[in-house]
Amino acid sequence: MAEAIVLKYEISPDDFTRAGEASSDVKGKLKQMGVSPAAVRKVAIAMYEGEINMVIHAKGGEITVEITPERIRMILADVGPGIPDIDLAMKAGYSTAPDEVRNLGFGAGMGLPNMKKYTDTMEIETELGVGTTITMTVNL
Amino acid sequence: MNKFYHSVRLDPDLCKGCINCIKRCPTQAIRVRKGKARINDKFCIDCGECIRVCPHHAKKATYDTLDMMQQYRYKIALPAPALYSQFNNLEDVNSVLNALLAMGFDDVFEVSAAAELVSDATREYLTKHEEVLPVISTACPTIVRLIRVRFPNLLPNLLPLKPPVEVAAEMAVARVMEKRGAAREEIGVFFISPCPSKVSYAKVPLGTDKSEIDHVVAIKDVYPQLLSHMKHLGEDIEDLATSGKIGISWGRSGGEASGLFTDSYLAADGIENSIRVLEDLEDQKFTNLKFVELNACSGGCVGGVLTVENPYVAEVKLKRLRKYMPVARSHIDMEERAEQIVPWTEEVEYEPVFNLGETMMESFARLNRVEQLCRQFPGLDCGSCGAPTCKALAEDIVRGEASERDCVYYLRESLHQLSEEVAILSDDLHAGNGEGIETLQTLQILKDYITRISGEMSRLDRRNEEDKK
Repeated sequence: MAEAIVLKYEISPDDFTRAGEASSDVKGKLKQMGVSPAAVRKVAIAMYEGEINMVIHAKGGEITVEITPERIRMILADVGPGIPDIDLAMKAGYSTAPDEVRNLGFGAGMGLPNMKKYTDTMEIETELGVGTTITMTVNL
Repeated sequence: MNKFYHSVRLDPDLCKGCINCIKRCPTQAIRVRKGKARINDKFCIDCGECIRVCPHHAKKATYDTLDMMQQYRYKIALPAPALYSQFNNLEDVNSVLNALLAMGFDDVFEVSAAAELVSDATREYLTKHEEVLPVISTACPTIVRLIRVRFPNLLPNLLPLKPPVEVAAEMAVARVMEKRGAAREEIGVFFISPCPSKVSYAKVPLGTDKSEIDHVVAIKDVYPQLLSHMKHLGEDIEDLATSGKIGISWGRSGGEASGLFTDSYLAADGIENSIRVLEDLEDQKFTNLKFVELNACSGGCVGGVLTVENPYVAEVKLKRLRKYMPVARSHIDMEERAEQIVPWTEEVEYEPVFNLGETMMESFARLNRVEQLCRQFPGLDCGSCGAPTCKALAEDIVRGEASERDCVYYLRESLHQLSEEVAILSDDLHAGNGEGIETLQTLQILKDYITRISGEMSRLDRRNEEDKK
């Protein structure tokens, strides 16, 4: 198997103007690789949701993307507050985003559900007060 | 004909090999090689940005000249709505239309009239196809070409209707054939265009297999002739105008969308802005949007590179002109024909021109190599290598079209290394006693290094000479 391409992105906190830069970079690379448009779209949507989550809830963090010809794995690691109730957070429409974030048009409570919907696997590891790591894969 | 036919070309005699165009090209289609710019046909979308930015006027739009009218018995003029916006104090489009007849055209068919039919058809399409919302306008050929090479996910969202100019051409041809009993080859259809993108469209259309537009001439060429004919028009001029507010508005950004009677539309203009909107659309960042109008030129068609007036002044003139017009007119007697003419007859297919390799494995390996190369390069995006960015150079290298040594920083670094090694070797020589087989070997290595240094130096010189040429 070919060696994976590893890309790392720092996500800066509270900066909505920069949110989406990482997913857009990955999207460009996947297109150049000739990955099917449908898979590119899944990765772009899921990763953008993740980026926005890290900006809103977690004061930033780091995203690692591993690309192989078989699959794309996205590891989103933050040192934020952690998720108290994963089942609740996974419910469509449930949101803990503050009002100022909602006023910007974010925080509709679709982040985690969309990440799950657009990926083949998603695992959440979280500890209150320590942080959250979400690993998503899209198979090619 | 080549499906990547282009109307934007380079005049090598005028090109000085500077980096203005490579920096501005939105699809990174231009490279400076051997001191001259080269446009990559597959990447170019005919937006005309390089024409705007080239300080030496080395980028040109190819289009037809008016003397081609002589080839035909019946000449039809298709004026773009943007044409009306070029004149000061124009109160009635009839003076422009009559002046076109005075110039030698036998018939005029306003593109704005056909635009109203496309607006009607779009409204209907929107109500029947909620599964593909938002629908993206296909009137600007540059936008369609951009989506074709870069946004495959958005192809299903394209409005599958011909642009107004094509509808106008087909209806005008039918009218002249019917009224004058003319054969098709006796008729010459001339579009008076604000942009070179329509030239490419007429030669290699998207959404239909063959265009009925025979020639595309520039507004800036027709304008001075029209001016003089307009001065000499008599009192009673023929009423030839067939469009209303909706049709005329297509000449500016947001005009097409405003004819759809919905608030949930987005209109963006300028190629960079359009790309940003498409990126976000692809990521589904907009919801509840019905229609997206994108124009490659700032201001819309009035901003085309073949116009004479400042686009924003032109927009004001268009607004004044349409003020007392009826909302729409052309639906009155043309609607039935339109249903057969307006829809696309062919699908637009994805052209993955930006793929790094032929297969996914090859592309993957090349992407890996691009990442490695990018770490080696300085990241200054200086353009000295002829590519717009370090990343673009890395991509050229993996495609076999450039070499690392095209980077002046890379070259400088390797010269430093070589000269340092030479210094070490000569120190060794000096320290030794200057005899024996080892010394001879060291001398040989030293000689090789010096040859390599002068080789690299002459490579730098060659580049400078080429740049001067």
